[in-house]
Amino acid sequence: MKVTRRDLLAGAAGAVVLGKTTRAQTRTPVDPTKVRGTPTSAMGQRARTATPQRLVRGNISSTPHQDLMGIITPSDLHFERHHAGVPEIDPANYSLLIHGMVDRPMVFSLADLKRFPSVSRIHFLECSGNLGRVAGPETTPGLLAGLTSTSEWTGVKLATLLKEVGVQPKATWLLAEGSDAAVLTRSVPMAKALDDALIAYGQNGEAIRPEQGYPARLFLPGWEGNASVKWLRRIEVSDAPFMTREETSKYTEPFANGTARMFSFQMDARSLITYPAFPNTLEPGWVEIKGIAWTGAGKIRRVEVSTNGGATWAAAELQEPVLSMAHTRFRHLWNWTGGEAVIMSRAVDGTGYVQPTRAELLKLRGPGTAIYHMNPITGWVVQATGNVIYKQEPWG
Amino acid sequence: MRRTATLWGATISVTVAVTGAALFAQAPARFGFGRPATPQEIAAIDIDVMPDGRGLPPGRGTSAEGAVIYAAKCAQCHGKTGTEGPNDILVGREPRTGFQFAQNPKLPHTIGNYWPYATTVFDYVRRAMPPTAPGSLTDDEVYALTAFLLHANELIAVDAVMDQSTLARVVMPARQYFVPESRPAPPKPRP
Ligand code: HEC
Repeated sequence: MKVTRRDLLAGAAGAVVLGKTTRAQTRTPVDPTKVRGTPTSAMGQRARTATPQRLVRGNISSTPHQDLMGIITPSDLHFERHHAGVPEIDPANYSLLIHGMVDRPMVFSLADLKRFPSVSRIHFLECSGNLGRVAGPETTPGLLAGLTSTSEWTGVKLATLLKEVGVQPKATWLLAEGSDAAVLTRSVPMAKALDDALIAYGQNGEAIRPEQGYPARLFLPGWEGNASVKWLRRIEVSDAPFMTREETSKYTEPFANGTARMFSFQMDARSLITYPAFPNTLEPGWVEIKGIAWTGAGKIRRVEVSTNGGATWAAAELQEPVLSMAHTRFRHLWNWTGGEAVIMSRAVDGTGYVQPTRAELLKLRGPGTAIYHMNPITGWVVQATGNVIYKQEPWG
Repeated sequence: MRRTATLWGATISVTVAVTGAALFAQAPARFGFGRPATPQEIAAIDIDVMPDGRGLPPGRGTSAEGAVIYAAKCAQCHGKTGTEGPNDILVGREPRTGFQFAQNPKLPHTIGNYWPYATTVFDYVRRAMPPTAPGSLTDDEVYALTAFLLHANELIAVDAVMDQSTLARVVMPARQYFVPESRPAPPKPRP
């Protein structure tokens, strides 16, 4: 349907009659060069016609990768996973207790944390259960793998705080505890705590979002998201792991050989084509295949794209700068001449690790294994009509 | 001209060296931010329990006591006997041999067939259950509920008392099947 000037005027008049003059309901003027625009505002907002949304399913919401560009996830579209809702914490009453095998048990207020030397780092955060494994053909990139997001995180190095309290020589692990209604706990090896762990209070230039742990969270670069405990209230230093429910009953992976793996922290290399994907429709001609790749092992070295179901692979272009443990944008030009085609991507990280196929993973894990740490190659079917659907693969 | 430039260059490099040293000052051994924690404020939130029993509070409870609390505060979400749901299934010992979770996607993970440590039951229930009133149970109630769940899973006798000294000694059948992360270092295929 063509929108006429009369429609627009009628719309504008209607809005005035109803007394609704909010920006969201004002219609676009026909010729913006002939009408003065809206004035400056204290808080900007998205264009009225740009409406990306997280996909909410129970106590998770996922990042709509199909709507995003570049590598930074807007903070309000960062995925969420929490076990007992988002707590409301008054920053004035916030405190972080560090105790256990330390010389000086200490309490730090938010202001104290901000007085320490700070660092900012761009990293992905991924839930270890980031694969819609019974995904149907109408699966979007966000539904398939929307539990990974990238932000610039700002905070104090945990090593700085541990030096402040004086970690005793026997200490090898610590417990991180959140102040949500799940009082969620995870054990973290001391080596990681002293290496690159952060107590983060900033996200993309502002305070961390409530869903991301406001006012302060643990952040463990490259590791499964659950271990980066949000709303951090307490760290207990000890000489053994605590074996909390989240690292025994959950976040462990049964194996085909009759064992279950625990403390499998690192997220392995993965890639995801975000365009074209369901529900896009293509016209024959040049298509820029776009996507993201990431690895907890460091930097993405290479992403390969196949447009013939994996028969041949070509190196995609990587957007510089390629950052360690951050989403890396890849692009690949493809001339679609019509006919059905299966497009896939696979990531290779700096260690030489190649993203596995689903069959390879299942052989080692077994069909009954948990949802955690599944990073198989996935793809999309471009149908002869130009409709794009998710390339379904059987689970077992 | 040339000489001036050289002089300037020398002056600049000296200045940079001096201010550079000043800018990147050695971090102190301690900054002195924050304040010492008092034993009382540590005790108030130090609620974790370790597999060897460290952190378990005084108190006690039995399966019979736990059954009453379970029926009132837990059964609506976990089922009358802990096997019915709708939320997480807590009770069940099948399969009694081996550890076939990778082969059988239908096998529920329960305290009896999957949990490697009994102390985790106490720790988790005390901090998070019931979700409608987390942290509301007394330590005796948590010991009793733990005893009830362990007995329902045929892990302790019906009259066993769970307390600071007995809980950590409960043998969990799944314990032997858990292995810490041992994936080969990349680039070998990592399951
Ligand atoms: C309102 C419903 C509800 C009630 C009441 C409730 N639970 Fe739960 N319980 C849950 C849910 C939901 C989970 C899963 C939480 C999660 O994954 O974060 C859970 C998880 C658990 C688990 C961990 C299960 C696993 O396999 O990891 C245990 C143990 C447990 N509950 C015990 C209890 C006990 C004991 C009570 C009574 C004091 C209780 N629950 C009351 C809903 C409930």
